Amino acid sequence: MEERRYRSASGAPIALRPRQHSASCRELAVRCPRLQLRSLSAVTSAIWLAAYGLFVLSENSMVLSAAIFITLIGLIIYLHFVKIDQESLLVIGSLGIQVTSSYASGKESTTFIEMGQVKDVVINEAIHMQKVIYYLCILLQDPGDPQGVSEVVPLFQVS
Amino acid sequence: MVLKVFFPSCCSSAESGILIGRWISEQNSAVILAVVHFPFIPVQVKQYVSEVQRVTKVSVSVLGSWSNSKQEKEESLSEFLEDLGTIFSHEPWIQISKEGDSKFWSCSTLQKHSNNPKEEEIILVYYDQRKVMLSYLHPPLDTATSPDHKADDASKLSAIFDTVAKSKVLFMTDRYDDGPIKLTHWQSDGVEASIIVELMKQASVPACMLLTFLLSVISGICRSRVLKFWPLSFLWSKLSTCEQLGHRLQHLQVISSNKKAQNETQLMRKANIFVSLLIDVALGILLMSWLYRKNRIGHLADTLIPVADHVAEELQDLLQWLMGAPAGLKMNRALDQVLGRFFLYHIHLWISYIHLMSPFIEMILWYVGLSACLGLTVALCILSDIIALLTFHIYCFYVYGARLYCLKIYGLSSLWRLFRGKKWNVLRQRVDSCSYDLDQLFIGTLLFTILLFLLPTTALYYLVFTLLRLLVVIVQGLIHLLVDLIDSLPLYSIILRLCRSYRLAAGVKFRVLEQQDGKPLRLLMQINPLSYGSVVQTYRLPTYSCYPKDSWTSLCKKLFLGELIYPWKHKGEKQD
Repeated sequence: MEERRYRSASGAPIALRPRQHSASCRELAVRCPRLQLRSLSAVTSAIWLAAYGLFVLSENSMVLSAAIFITLIGLIIYLHFVKIDQESLLVIGSLGIQVTSSYASGKESTTFIEMGQVKDVVINEAIHMQKVIYYLCILLQDPGDPQGVSEVVPLFQVS
Repeated sequence: MVLKVFFPSCCSSAESGILIGRWISEQNSAVILAVVHFPFIPVQVKQYVSEVQRVTKVSVSVLGSWSNSKQEKEESLSEFLEDLGTIFSHEPWIQISKEGDSKFWSCSTLQKHSNNPKEEEIILVYYDQRKVMLSYLHPPLDTATSPDHKADDASKLSAIFDTVAKSKVLFMTDRYDDGPIKLTHWQSDGVEASIIVELMKQASVPACMLLTFLLSVISGICRSRVLKFWPLSFLWSKLSTCEQLGHRLQHLQVISSNKKAQNETQLMRKANIFVSLLIDVALGILLMSWLYRKNRIGHLADTLIPVADHVAEELQDLLQWLMGAPAGLKMNRALDQVLGRFFLYHIHLWISYIHLMSPFIEMILWYVGLSACLGLTVALCILSDIIALLTFHIYCFYVYGARLYCLKIYGLSSLWRLFRGKKWNVLRQRVDSCSYDLDQLFIGTLLFTILLFLLPTTALYYLVFTLLRLLVVIVQGLIHLLVDLIDSLPLYSIILRLCRSYRLAAGVKFRVLEQQDGKPLRLLMQINPLSYGSVVQTYRLPTYSCYPKDSWTSLCKKLFLGELIYPWKHKGEKQD
């Protein structure tokens, strides 16, 4: 149950934690870097400086309250919908594979893929900008065609 | 193979007994539905199980034994339970035992006729029986359209959901019933019922019959021959209010029909239509009470005539500007004056017509405003129709300008071909060369130059009136968009997703509970609800209007050539 540190494709530090619950059940969790206080304060001060500049030009105090409002709403939206804290993969033998992403605000979004639908788990290569990155993905079975592949589900998309 | 046992979480504290449920052999999993307690007579249990099987069409059978002992393990009880395995022969015989208040149960199987007696792993999955019974598992959206392989490879989860849902009759007996068998399941503490729901069900039957009768009378009147004469039928098809009223009538007919909903989708559709109608009428009555308080509708009628006058005056000013030197361009004076005077006379006619109608406007508006109680959508459609009627002269001007411009463009293109010595071959649908006589060429070139030099004037008039018409079309389009939104939003499904999210299931999610070595793996199965986007997409109510299929390029081409643009076609109208 130890944590191993690695670097993601974009250079950020991430941590992998494999667990084994029983003979047929394993969980792999990847933890992304947390929200930095530095970047948060930089963005907030930039917005508030711009708002103060507008206030000095226009003498309208609504600009300041609007800036505060926008910062708060933007932060809430970012934490709830964009910032992913941890992605985990739970493999239960002969039941299926469950992919969970948990966001910084505590929200968890889960997808469960049954074993019957999984054709194979492969490592794919992709060319991104100037380098080649490898990513893990699950190939889903096409219901009509036993040989065909209906969908490719990439795992650990954010980290 | 791994053996999966689905155990209802409500039976965790049940007394010792035997387990009944369904064994799905192709998935090697057992779905436990209830626990039958001691004392019982095996023959009566078998009878009960076969009767349940006959009614629910689910292959229910006795699957194993369950022992919940408060003290240490009793040897005699375990032997007794093993002997039970011989009475209710089921392969494999599952034995689950719980000691005291421990969370970790031990589970073992007894295989009598197995070839290789190896220990297979057991996974214990807890599920909430009531939620799984009430929920509806949605198939993924892309496979829902292909009906071929529905029955064969129904996913494993839907088999489990089906099993629990169809066994409703099993859950109807509670422990207060006097019967030979005592069961434990989610309703064993008393059958749930709500008085209000029962009363509403009783009252809805005569209400539905009354509504059906009224609707048949109304639709009979609507379909009568009197209203089908040519001017009236043309009018009905142009007014969007009539379309909306017809749409709502259809909805009411769907709700008040006597047939019970066959499956879940139809039930949700009926509920959505009902809630949408209710909200619509409530909002309409709210609007009506706001309008009629402080006589706002009188004020509205009073301002209507001055607004129409103002619009006409603005148009007159615009025409005077066009007749002069608009934006510094030099127009052909004669054509300019002709067109300008023609449009000015038209506006003059329109103004006199409005002034003629002015005494009756307030009364008409007062009575028309009463129809807002039929719904907010009807009020919005009436608003859109009033805008269309008030700006009718803009529409007329647009048609005149467009036709003139279109004729000019066609004439120009044909004479341009003559100028170059070519001709349009109608038979072959292509341009061919042709030898013209000298007088044909002379007259053709003359006409071509005349049309070419008159082009800027006509083009300017066309441009101005097209822009005005587009403005009106955009305003009407926004109103129709709002009406469509109110019509098609599945409010009941959204509220259900908010309050009882387990009813709309997109899938399941598993959570790993505390483990102990040597005991089977414990998982908790919870329902993963559908996302709001897929709820709206699955349960959208169909609307009657379809949006223009023209892409931006074809729209620009039509505008350039001067063809008339019809902003939207309703379903059922013939395409031009």
